[in-house]
Amino acid sequence: MKLKKNIATSGEGFIFNPGTGDSFSTNEIGAEIITLLKEEKSVAEITQLISGKYDVDASQFENDLDDFAAQLKDYSILE
Amino acid sequence: MEKLRYERPIIKKMNTGLMNKFGTRTEYEPVTHIESVPVKSLIKEYGSPLFVLSEKQIRRNYQNATRIFKTRYPKVQFAWSYKTNYMNAVCQVFHQEGSWAEVVSGFEYEKALGNGVPGNKIIFNGPDKTDEQLVAAARNNSLIHIDHYDELYSLIKLSEEHNLRPRVAIRINMDTGIYPKWDRFGFNFENGQAWNAITRIINSTNLDLVGLHCHIGTFMLAPSAYGIAAKNLCELTWSIKEKYNKVLEYIDLGGGFPSENTLKGAYLPGSDTVPSIDQFADAITDVILGYGFKQEDLPLLILETGRALIDDAGFLLGSVLATKRLSDGRRATVLDFGVNSLFTAFWYDHKVSPAQAFGNHTEEMVLYGPLCMNIDIVRESITMPLLEKGNHLVVHKVGAYNMTQWMQFITLRPNIVMIDTDNKTHVIRKAETLEYLELNEQVPEHLKQNPLK
Ligand SMILES: Cc1ncc(COP(=O)(O)O)c(C=O)c1O
Repeated sequence: MKLKKNIATSGEGFIFNPGTGDSFSTNEIGAEIITLLKEEKSVAEITQLISGKYDVDASQFENDLDDFAAQLKDYSILE
Repeated sequence: MEKLRYERPIIKKMNTGLMNKFGTRTEYEPVTHIESVPVKSLIKEYGSPLFVLSEKQIRRNYQNATRIFKTRYPKVQFAWSYKTNYMNAVCQVFHQEGSWAEVVSGFEYEKALGNGVPGNKIIFNGPDKTDEQLVAAARNNSLIHIDHYDELYSLIKLSEEHNLRPRVAIRINMDTGIYPKWDRFGFNFENGQAWNAITRIINSTNLDLVGLHCHIGTFMLAPSAYGIAAKNLCELTWSIKEKYNKVLEYIDLGGGFPSENTLKGAYLPGSDTVPSIDQFADAITDVILGYGFKQEDLPLLILETGRALIDDAGFLLGSVLATKRLSDGRRATVLDFGVNSLFTAFWYDHKVSPAQAFGNHTEEMVLYGPLCMNIDIVRESITMPLLEKGNHLVVHKVGAYNMTQWMQFITLRPNIVMIDTDNKTHVIRKAETLEYLELNEQVPEHLKQNPLK
């Protein structure tokens, strides 16, 4: 899972895609995932970090992450 | 270290320049209690889904409506429209408040008798009354509202045969300027049919014409339509006095006042657009009082108000079974109740609230029921907080026409609980069981086995 190079993020959940001119907002966990993606963390690492910090089990989170990634792809934010 | 509260990650595209012109809707503010009983404990004790009725709210609605009419007109009587919600506990709340009963079938009629309503306080409406039911209603001195000529002639014949003198009214349909016209019930005003029926009754020795009835539609948004209906009934009442020197006891304007629900396709929520009962009361009583009746000839005004008296006293609690994304990217939430329990989802965009606190992110979604059918949609589009499996929801204003029109389809019908005026809860109809469902089934002997074992 790789963020497109030119995507601008604020760390607070604001995302801008200069390629399309679209801007987006995410919730807190969404912003954290974007930051981790920027740091080129793997799905396994992201899952471990988030499920360690938040009250969610790893399989539930993986499910949600898949869904989130699909949306990022739809919005042309992921490679 | 304690873990932080989790929320599913979401991303939303920002619609620059396309702000919602009505501002932020408060639809998704959590509703954690019904009266002062926690939703959580209701579901824990009685299961999900669950219908909940507030006795306090029913009484408040009834007292409010009677006050509105009685401060404008001296003789007013409400008759509870059984079909709107005929749970006996609900009917009894209305009867305790002084309401008569309005029924449209033989079984509803028996229910009213079973609830201890005296025969002369039961109004028997509708096109479907058997000979036996007509005779029984006549013997009980009930108010029989005749719907068509076939019924009129049957009743004349039955009264002669059984030596009865039933108290009757006729139902009248008319053009009140609303569309579609409800002209399939009763006798038409404009073409003289109503007057012919009146003449026929007055000329019969056995029928006692005591009133006139109309029910011009349901969820009516125009108080002026009631003004027209009241004027037409007054005109007939006046002519009957002039021509036959007979003073009618009552005029019955039926039901039809809207509740604060939002009709499907409406641009604004019902709470912003629906006229108040005061406006309907003004339209009706101004006409009757202004018509010129002598004080002692003023007819009793009967109202068969249904949904406006109970919709907002009913709630449907339910749970999220699953969330998914549709192929077009929209969020879909699957609930444990569908249009089988919430029949009025076909008419209304019901207000739905989450039953627990949430973060401040929201998303647009479709709310689906659990039925294996495409039409099972609770809301086509609603903005809600991020829901997940196991979350609870509260559907508002479901007191009318659900607990009577619900379907036993695919799932069993759930418990109905009433919260009394001391906030104590009572099951007023138990959840259905397979045993209950199969009670009336019979399997022929040759179909009792199969070879699949
Ligand atoms: C004859 C009659 N009276 C009263 C009612 C109650 O109507 P509402 O719930 O619209 O007040 C109905 C409903 O259809 C009806 O048919």
